[in-house]
Parts: sequence; C-alpha cells; structure tokens
Amino acid sequence: MTPTWTLVICLLGAILQQFMPRTEPKFARATALLTAFLSLAAAFSGVVNGMDPGVFTTLTRAPWVPGLGIEFHLAADGITHCMLVLTGIAAVAGVLFSWNVEHRVRDFFSLYFLLLTGCFGVFLSADLFLLFVFYELAIVPKYLLIAHWGSKNREHGAMKLALYSFVGSALVFAGILACAWASGVGSFSLQELGKHAFPPDFQRWVFPLLFVGFAVLAGMFPFHTWAPTGHSAAPTAASMLLAGVVMKLGAYGALRAGVALMPQGAAMWQMPLGMLAAIGIVHGAWVALTQRDIKYIIGYSSVSHMGFALLGLLSLSSAGLSGAVLQMFSHGIIGGLLFAIAGRMIYDRTHTRELAELEGLNLQKLMPFAAVSFVLAGFASMGMPGFSGFAAEAHVLAGAWKSFPSLAILSGVGIVLGAAFTLRVVHRTFYAAGAGEVEPSPASTKEKQAHGEALVISIPERLGAMGLIAVALAVGLWPRLLLDWIVPALESPLFENLRKSGGLQ
Amino acid sequence: MVARAVLPEICTAFLALLVLTVDLAWLTTWSESARKTLLCVVCTLALGIAWILLDRNWEPVAIPTLGWMASPGVTCLKGLIAALTLGSLWLSRESSFTKHVGEYFALTLLAAVGAMILCSTQHLILAFTGLELLSLSLYVLTAFHKDRALSAEAGLKYFLFGGVSAATMLYGFSLLHGATGELLLPKVAMKLAAGPVEPIAVMGVLFASAGFAFKISAAPFHLWTPDAYQGATPGSAAFIASVSKLASFALLAQVTWVGWNPAGVAGNASLGSAKPGWIAFFAFAATASIVIGNLAALAQSGFRRFIAYSGVAHAGYMLVGLIANTQDAAYSVLYYAVTYAIGSLGLIAMSAILENRRGSDAISGFAGWMRESRFLAVCLMVFLLSQAGIPPLAGFFAKFYVFSAALKSHGAPHGVFWLVAASLVASCVALYYYLRIVRAAFEARDLAEAGQAPGMPALWITRAWIGACALLLVWWGCFPDKLLSLLRGS
Repeated sequence: MTPTWTLVICLLGAILQQFMPRTEPKFARATALLTAFLSLAAAFSGVVNGMDPGVFTTLTRAPWVPGLGIEFHLAADGITHCMLVLTGIAAVAGVLFSWNVEHRVRDFFSLYFLLLTGCFGVFLSADLFLLFVFYELAIVPKYLLIAHWGSKNREHGAMKLALYSFVGSALVFAGILACAWASGVGSFSLQELGKHAFPPDFQRWVFPLLFVGFAVLAGMFPFHTWAPTGHSAAPTAASMLLAGVVMKLGAYGALRAGVALMPQGAAMWQMPLGMLAAIGIVHGAWVALTQRDIKYIIGYSSVSHMGFALLGLLSLSSAGLSGAVLQMFSHGIIGGLLFAIAGRMIYDRTHTRELAELEGLNLQKLMPFAAVSFVLAGFASMGMPGFSGFAAEAHVLAGAWKSFPSLAILSGVGIVLGAAFTLRVVHRTFYAAGAGEVEPSPASTKEKQAHGEALVISIPERLGAMGLIAVALAVGLWPRLLLDWIVPALESPLFENLRKSGGLQ
Repeated sequence: MVARAVLPEICTAFLALLVLTVDLAWLTTWSESARKTLLCVVCTLALGIAWILLDRNWEPVAIPTLGWMASPGVTCLKGLIAALTLGSLWLSRESSFTKHVGEYFALTLLAAVGAMILCSTQHLILAFTGLELLSLSLYVLTAFHKDRALSAEAGLKYFLFGGVSAATMLYGFSLLHGATGELLLPKVAMKLAAGPVEPIAVMGVLFASAGFAFKISAAPFHLWTPDAYQGATPGSAAFIASVSKLASFALLAQVTWVGWNPAGVAGNASLGSAKPGWIAFFAFAATASIVIGNLAALAQSGFRRFIAYSGVAHAGYMLVGLIANTQDAAYSVLYYAVTYAIGSLGLIAMSAILENRRGSDAISGFAGWMRESRFLAVCLMVFLLSQAGIPPLAGFFAKFYVFSAALKSHGAPHGVFWLVAASLVASCVALYYYLRIVRAAFEARDLAEAGQAPGMPALWITRAWIGACALLLVWWGCFPDKLLSLLRGS
C-alpha cells in the first residue's frame, strides 16, 4: 500500500455510499468509518514503509495532458506525510463525530469523501496544475456540505466560503499560468520549477498572486472573514475538516508554490505579508475575545492560529518553516477537536451556541466528559507546554524572531490574548457559577428535560475526542515525532531556491 | 477526392429533402408524436450510417477556387454538428407544437447544412451564403410554435436584428472586397499584408465584425438572445444555443486567423497603444459581454433567459481566446465552443423537462430535483459546474486553454492580459449563480408540499441524450487531449 491509495479509497468510498440502503443509515456509517480507517492506513503507509522524508519520492506518474506538459504526478516527502496523516486522522474523527447525522446520510458521506479526495490530492500532487485541479475539486463538496447540512446562516456561510476559495484560486490560476508560460519552463512539475531560477522582477509580481491566492484559504487577514461564518455554519464534520484540513490546503499551497518556488519574491514581500499574518494573529484573538457565539470564537481562533503558520512560512527560516508545518498539523488536530466539542457535544444537545445561554445550563455537571475534553483542548489551543500547540508556536516565534523581531513580539501579544479568550470560553461554557445571571430560555430547559438521556456523550464521540487529545499530547511531548519528518524535507532539492537565496538559516 | 470534401453537406441536404418527402407522402395522417419519432429514427439512422461509412483517414483536401477546406478535423467538427442537430431533433419530442413536422425537420437539417458550410469555407460569399442558410432557417424555427405569442415575438425580433446584422456584414464584406479585390480569405490576407492598409478595409472589417458579434450573441448585439431562447421550442432553442454558436465561432476563428491576420486590420487592444481593428472591436465586445452577460444572468428568474445571458458571457470568454490571434488560440476557441455547445444542449433539455414538470421554467422549480430524479439532478450539476469551469469537467479545460492561449500570445500580451484578468474576476461572479442552482437542485423538498407525484415526466431518449452529454463533459474533462487532437485532426 502506498499513499496513492488514499485517493482511490476516498473516491471509491464516495461512490460506494450511493449504494447503501437508504432506510438503514447504520450501513452507511459503518462503511464510512471503514473507508476513513482505510484512508488513514493508506496515509500512514508512507511512514510505515520507511520512505525517506528528505526525498520527494514519486508514487505515481503518468502523462495527463502531454501537449501542455501536465502530468498526473503524485509524490511525497516528509511534509506531505505529516499532512496526509493529519488528513487521515481528521477523516476518522469526522466520521465519529457525525454519527448522529440522520438526514440523507449517504449523500453526506459521499460529499465528505469527495472533499477528502480533494484534500489528499492537493497534498500528494507533485504537479502544480494537478494540485490546482484537486484544490478546485474541494470547492463544490464543501459548499454543498455546509449549504445543506449546516446550521444557522448556512447558505450565506457556504456561499461566502465558496466564493472566497474561488477568488483565491483565480489568483492562483493566474500565478500558475505565469509560472509555466511566462517563465519559459513549459512544465508544471514542482521539481522542474524548483530547479528554475525565476528572475527577480518576475517573482515580484507572481509571488503575491500565488501566496495570497492560497493564503485566502488559510485565513490570512484581511481575507479571513469566510472562516468564522463558514465554520460556524458548517455541520460538525465539515467544520472539523474545514479547520482541520482545508485551511491547511491553503498554507500548504503557499509553502510549496509560493515560498519554495519564489524565495526572492517572498523576501521582497516578507515584511508587508508578515505584518498581515501578525495582524491576523492579534486581530483573530482580539475578536474572539468579544464574540458571544461559541463557534464564532473557535472560528476566529482558527484565524489567529493559522496566522502563526503563515508567519512561520514568511520568516523563511528553517525553524519558522518547520514550525509552520508543525502548527498546521497541531491546529488541524486541536481545531478539529474544538469544533467537534462545540458542534457535536454542545450544540447538538443544547441547540444553542450563545455563551449567555450556555452559562445557565450548568453543563459541567451534565456533561463532565465534554467539560474535561474542552478544558484539555483549550489548554492545547492556548499553547500550554506539553501540547502540540506549544512546540509549534515556539518554533514559529523562534524563526520569526530572526526575521522580524517586532512582529514576533506582536505575535507574543496574540498568544496572551489567545489564552484570555480560551479561558473565557471554557469558563463561561462549562464552569460559569452565576447560573442565575441569565435565565435559560424555556425552550432549552424543556429540551434538557426531554432529552436527559441524550446528554450522555456517546461512544464514538468519546473515542474521537480521546484520540485527538492523545495525538495532540503525543506531538506536544515529543515534537521530534513530526520534526524528524519535516526538517529533512526542508533539505530536499525542492527547497534549493530558498537555500540559494539565503533562506532556511 | 473533391466529392469527399463536401460529403457531409450533401448527405445532410439530401436527408432534409428525404424527410420532407416521406412526411408529406405518407405521414400526414399520423399523430404528431408518431411522426416526430419516425423522422427522428430516420435521421439518426441516416446520419449514423453516413458517419460510419465515411472514411476519415485522408489528407486534407482543398478546393482553392471555392476556398473550401476539408480535413479529418473539420469532418469531426461536422460530425459533432450533426450529433448536436440530432440531439435537438429528439428534444423536439418533449413538447407538442406543430402539424408541420416534416417542414420542421427539413428546416433544422438545412440549418445544419449551413452550419457545416461555415466550418469549411474560406470564401466570403460562400461564408455569407452559409450564414444566411443557417439564419433564415432559424428565424422560421424560432417562430414555429404558432399558438404561442412569445414564439412569434421571438421570431420577429430574431429576424429583424438578424436582417440588419446580415446587411451590415455583407456591407463589410463588400468594402473588404472593394479594398482588396479578392474574396478568398488567404488572398485577402496577402493583399492586406502587401501594402499600407486603406481605411476602407478597416471599415469593412469592423462592419463584418459587428455582423459576427450578432451571430455569436456578443454584447451589445445580444438583445435577441434571451427572447429567442425563451420563445423558441426546446428543440430550436437547443439548436440555436449549440449548433449555431459552434458554427459561427468556427467561421469567425477561420476568418480572423486566415483572413484578417495582417496588423493593419487587426488593430490592438493594449490599454496604452490601442488601434482600430477587429481585435480592438472584439476586445470591447468581449468586455461588454462578460460584464453584461454575468450581471444579467445574476438577476434572472427564468431558466431559459438565464441560459441565454450566461451564454452571452461565455461568448465573451471565447472572444478573449480569439483576440490572442494564434493558431493555438483558434483551436482553444473551438474547444471552448464544443464544450459549451454540449453543455447548452443539456441545459436546454433540462429546461424542457422543467417546463413539463412544473409548468414554467422558473429557476425555483429546480428545488427538490435530487429527490425526484437523482440522475437528472446529477447531470444538471455536471452541466452547470462545467459551464462554471470547475475541474475535472470539460468546461474547466476550455477556460484553461483559452486563457493560457491568450496569455501565451506574443503579439500583444498586455493587450489581452487585462481581458484575462477581467474574465477570471467575472467567472467568480458566475460561480455564484451556478452554485445557487446546484444547491436548489440538491435541496430535498417534500413532494407532497409541491403537490406533485414522484417521477419525472422525461422521455427515456431525452434522458439518454442528457446522460450522453454529461458523460462527454466528464470524459473530455478527464482526458482533455482527446477532444483537442480530434479537432486538430491528428
């Protein structure tokens, strides 16, 4: 088994769902879980097979559109493996947390696996054009998932996300065409393009196209506003994938196509874009501090955390880049967990996401498991040592300190604000003492009495939450688990240009 | 050899006469639907057998005196035209609208002959004749539903606009002839390139361009389009949207690439150094089409008018490729036109089913299609997303080919760069309205609430055509080289 199988498995899984019996959703769920586990296994296969993280190993290669030099070329290095494993874990967790989807289960999982196909495809692509195709492939499934199974304002949120992604990909499209044609390389292969030294003037205008185009999906300020609306409108599994994987597609593209191919362009735009990233960190955290809707808080926190990933990329230093990849992984796990708790455990049971209403419900007594996992996820999110977030952000800040000390300090402020809003949301959701502060609405009280049983956290949820927490802890306690894969990858020929221009110090 | 070069036209014209005779001689007492079915079968068999018997492995043939070019690639294009014509003929069975079935079929086939002529000719008079054969048949076909006021109105509107634009085009051709003394496009190009270009030749090119802009329904010459699409019967509307547009673009690509290439009449669309000529004219028309088409499509509530306005926008994208003015660009425009034609045939077929099902073509009627017919809903999504340019569907590669050809063109790179940028921005707007329909179709709606019984009243043959169109779009989206090499004839 090779990581190529992730694509096959997810695509077949999507098709297979359509043949499940309509009246018995349990078959659809079981198949989905099996598909997700198989894709996780396929994602791990590269690691298990002991593939060299420092080499961009070709997995599948066939001519696709020979006339234009486009190939169906899949390859993987250490960074790819990290992202694949993350996607696999998110896939399994997402299925576990959508066990309660009752409405059109088959269609739900079909789209879910189509979206995953797109995500796996982006991470595996060694051809820029193929990467773009997979990137676009993800747009429609995520739109439909949110627009149909989502909650409040779903149509608005879904359309906003689709249009932002599409605008971003229009920029990327222009950038990719420029890379292949204007430079005279005549190929879309990342390896070929990596060998080519683009002239500085060319990099000056193409780098921002590629970087900003991709970073739209990574939630870069000021193009981040899709994130809170999209995340909060999405059904739990979709918001887990959005925060956990889809935002990483953007950061990953910005790394592979932007920073690695055009380091001089990156150096020219380092300061202005770095400032945007730092503003994103502080702004996201600041806004999260004032939100009343729990999903909006987590949505803005995603903007803030992904700001670290972008800042790490722009620092162009070895520590910064490896920190950025680490942060992508870490936030994928933690962000997914936070959305799972907020969307599945809290919202699906209380039918409210308003902090003011949650305060009165005394949830800590009713759902102790949810409370504990939310506290742990909160710790991980605010960058407590011992969790993955700490290792990642420490790396990023170390890298950023070398390149732009002032922005590193500003981002430090973001971390403090992050701790503040995380403590606030954990406190007000589960541990608010002032139950009488706001009267719970009669509807939600009735709900609570009627569904007293439903408040028990189900087994799939427990498994999913514990799994995610375990991963966050493992990576936090022993970051070399991932760094051993990331750092060698940065030494590979793909980053040749970056090293030549004085980056990766 | 010579006969081989005009075989598709001869077969189709003969079939038109045959159909007319058969219908008049034996079928006048039959019911409308039975007549249609029989004639459809006759046409399909005849064209199918002709296609199978046709030997397609030959060197390109040219009849220089007539400016006639035939090659395997061109023959494939004619085969596509024949197939799309058959599709629109079968689609005419979805509604009942006339007692003159034989005439309807004969006119459609004659229009197809006109369309085929346009693919081969490099002679100005022959081109004009082909265009008139196509247009005159279409005016009648648009107004064929005599019981419907909308149909008559659409026919009249189409005819009046068409008449004026045909006159404009002919005037342009005659000016061009006056300036160069030639009617054959390669010779026109030679004369234009030889000496300083007279202003009268530029005027001729501009007048002719205006006539073309009408045929391809580019803004601001698009006003007939929404009415014609709405008023015509589904079969005729499908023909106008697919065959007519494809053939007009085939001719236009031929004319601009072979005949109007010299810089004197081409002009320049660069912002700094704009010069009059067809490039500047079509750059304006492309911008106007992209803006007007997309914004108007945004506001439509009727599906047919929606298809018409989005078609105006697509004509704009195709013009962007044309302006690049290279061989590659000409093929990319053809590629775009083919995928667009297939998608449009599918969409008009959908509109026919929608009207039969809900009584009107309001876009809101798509709500709940996923529940009623999964197959049709999925095909609808394929058509819409292909038009929106989402991979891996053929429409994505159409846009990709056109835009990359435009960016690669060496003549005036900055002249088209801003057009490509505008098109990319506009395609984001387009995604919005396509996705809205996709979502509506995906949404489940209670059948009881809609007051309708389950099951779609679509003929199986219409479903088969729809399925075939959707399959082609997916197939050519996964293997885009196949269609391109088909068109190149290699």
